[in-house]
Amino acid sequence: MSNEKHHIVPYRVYALVLVALLALTFASIGIVSIELGKYTVAAALIFATIKSFLVLTYFMHLKYDKPYIKAMVAFVFAIFFVVIVITFLDYLYRT
Amino acid sequence: MEQHAHTQHDHFDAEASKIGMWLFIFTELLLFGGLFIVYSVYRFMNQEAFHLAAVELNTTIGAINTVLLLVSSMTIAVSTTTLQLKKKGLTLFLLGITVIIGIVFLVNKYFEWGAKIDHGIWPGSEHLKTAFSQGEILFFGLYYVMTGLHALHIIIGLIIILFAAHRVYKGTVNENRAALLENAGLYWHLVDLIWIFLFPLFYLIH
Repeated sequence: MSNEKHHIVPYRVYALVLVALLALTFASIGIVSIELGKYTVAAALIFATIKSFLVLTYFMHLKYDKPYIKAMVAFVFAIFFVVIVITFLDYLYRT
Repeated sequence: MEQHAHTQHDHFDAEASKIGMWLFIFTELLLFGGLFIVYSVYRFMNQEAFHLAAVELNTTIGAINTVLLLVSSMTIAVSTTTLQLKKKGLTLFLLGITVIIGIVFLVNKYFEWGAKIDHGIWPGSEHLKTAFSQGEILFFGLYYVMTGLHALHIIIGLIIILFAAHRVYKGTVNENRAALLENAGLYWHLVDLIWIFLFPLFYLIH
């Protein structure tokens, strides 16, 4: 039976991740209030991507999971990314 | 099946439980992923209208809900650690906090939607059809569908957390069999993850 004890994450790690997530949230609100024109969307999405990476890595324990689980998650995000790229290759070059 | 030293002889495989949960999460990611693609294409085709419509949304209430979900994700994450450390009381306390924060999120959502509906903005309303452009109608349609589907996930997440908390209380979820609580945590983090993208796309970008 695979009942091996897995890694116990210390409280401090979760507290630090929360502080980072809150800081990134307020930073993204701050950066959007500056007029960046067409880069506003990109800036907000970059902040959201960093935040989701932190949630996946620490809150969802991927850092402590076996490589095949990380690979599966990465694969799903890769598929999603490819679908977005293909969709916009279509829409951007429509005449 | 061979005999084991412990009293529970039903099959339990923490790793298989985790894989099952992740496979389910993948289907959820692609469900919302499809909606995000619909949003991005419509935004690309109706840039001015999306800009005008997004100004109508309350950034403050969106930011408050973001903070609430991030904190609740932390409390349920810590509860998986306290369960491993055999601190049952603290685990239940943290799960209680998580549930309360989730309910506060829904109350905020209720007032937010209520304010929009008071202004005559809901899918198919006369005011929306007569006073707004096609792009703005699309924006509000996506707003109601995506935040509504997300709120439905919050409600389901709260039920799963309460179920897990009940099992922790009874002792059938414990430091040796933590899969149910950990999967409830994974689900709650998924809900958080989706909100991390909903917040900038609807409330932040004007």
